[in-house]
Amino acid sequence: MTRVPAIDGWFTADEANPHLLGTRGVTSGSYFFPPSLAVSANPNAPFESREPAELSRTGTLWSYTTNHYSPPEPSVQKAPYTVCAVELVTEKMVVLGPLATGADASRLKVGMQMELVIGPLFTEDGVEHTMYQWAPLTDPQGGVR
Amino acid sequence: MSRDRDLAIIGVGMHPWGKWGKNFVEYGVIAAREALADAGVDWRDIQFVAGADTMRNGYPGYVAGATFAQALGWQGAQVASSYAACASGVTAMSTARAQILAGMADVAMVIGADTTPKGFLAPNKGERGDDPDWLRFRLLGATNPTYFALYARRRMDLYGATREDFARVKVKNSLHGLENPYARYRRAASIEDVVTSPLVADPLSLLDICATSDGAAAMIVTSMDWAKAHGYDKAIRIRGVSTTTPSYPNTVIEMPNFATDSAAGIATPGATGIGFKDSIALRAYEESGLGPEDLSCAEVYDLSTALELDWYEHIGLCAKGEAENLLRSGATALGGRVPVNPSGGLACFGEAVPAQAIAQICELTWQLRGTAGARQVDGAKVGLSINQGLFGHGSCVIVSQ
Repeated sequence: MTRVPAIDGWFTADEANPHLLGTRGVTSGSYFFPPSLAVSANPNAPFESREPAELSRTGTLWSYTTNHYSPPEPSVQKAPYTVCAVELVTEKMVVLGPLATGADASRLKVGMQMELVIGPLFTEDGVEHTMYQWAPLTDPQGGVR
Repeated sequence: MSRDRDLAIIGVGMHPWGKWGKNFVEYGVIAAREALADAGVDWRDIQFVAGADTMRNGYPGYVAGATFAQALGWQGAQVASSYAACASGVTAMSTARAQILAGMADVAMVIGADTTPKGFLAPNKGERGDDPDWLRFRLLGATNPTYFALYARRRMDLYGATREDFARVKVKNSLHGLENPYARYRRAASIEDVVTSPLVADPLSLLDICATSDGAAAMIVTSMDWAKAHGYDKAIRIRGVSTTTPSYPNTVIEMPNFATDSAAGIATPGATGIGFKDSIALRAYEESGLGPEDLSCAEVYDLSTALELDWYEHIGLCAKGEAENLLRSGATALGGRVPVNPSGGLACFGEAVPAQAIAQICELTWQLRGTAGARQVDGAKVGLSINQGLFGHGSCVIVSQ
């Protein structure tokens, strides 16, 4: 099946090693995500240029919730579905994302380590639209950290 | 700031909250006429109309100030309309205040009304890939309760809050609103009722989350000089108004954003280091010269039960992590040290977005006049209302006798 990102320019297509695509202010050192929205800026460096920045692949679970009602249009999710908020250590920012497809929401705990993966968001006309997701980072013993 | 920068509230009025299925303008007219009658002022003497907009009711909703002025009968008043999501009512009020304090008007009406659809609030129609409000629904299914639940979960994991703690907020507010004639829901709820109602966004269930309602609220405000010259010696005073935006970096995830600001890199010189929601109340406290210890009661925006607990901390009633203890102590119930949401709050009203922040001030006015009936806070002298509209609109008002 053909796979395309559900939104362009927000994450890399490298499924084995995906990254969120943000930007970094060259003067301020602040990070910005999503790259396509001017929803965030550092007022102390208003005219700085920004360079593309691949954000950290792992972070700490800040909070999460499982939704038990299907959301209204234009949403494509079907209940139940889980949204995670993950704090990136280097960037010192919290990024929302869906929980990884197939991950067990009942094992989530604030403070646990999460990593970025790519998974399906919806399929339409034989094309799978993909989205970045947050997956619990498993330890070598197979448990969840 | 000196006291002559206060405003006088000489009249308040509301249309009962509910699902009435009528045009929002009808509700607004009823609230406006009630406020005018309460003030003893003729509509034709209103010099400035500040309308709080509704995005759900087409073009008349975008120009709410003029819409209500037309419905009440054109009389040549100056007009402004404001949109700031849930904070629209106070943004409109601050516009009226600026006009009055600048000497451009003496008597103003602040008004907001809404007709809401059933179910989740949803973004505007159309494919809008550059609108974060559209994208959060499309890519995440992040409804408003999704964000409320993220904050609630955080209280559980950081402070040991329980679903029963959240339910106690609903139980308290449901008792407060029992005999409020403007409230939509007037039925006592038990902890069991709340925790056994269907989960919406874990850990919040249906009775933890406020509904959306039809409703309207209006107030008549004047300069202190005008109020004194016209015999309103006991008018309730507006002492402080905050329409604060966040200071960079805002590190708490806010509707409708996908990410917070980054705290990496250079920070704002002179930044207080306090969070956005703390800064909303701080501004109003500073303007009024009052503090949390002066409050007799407060109307806080309980979009969810858990959010009411967050507000206890943001307005300084207790330290971070202590809100559940404060609630359990009974301090925030009627008869306690500082009753919160004596009106019954959004738990009993449901949200009528542009009217809600005005309704909060109407309730404080009745409380400070001592005319709140069965829900009266004994000896109420100072009140605070607070809320937050998405996209970074803070709103807080402090009133006193």
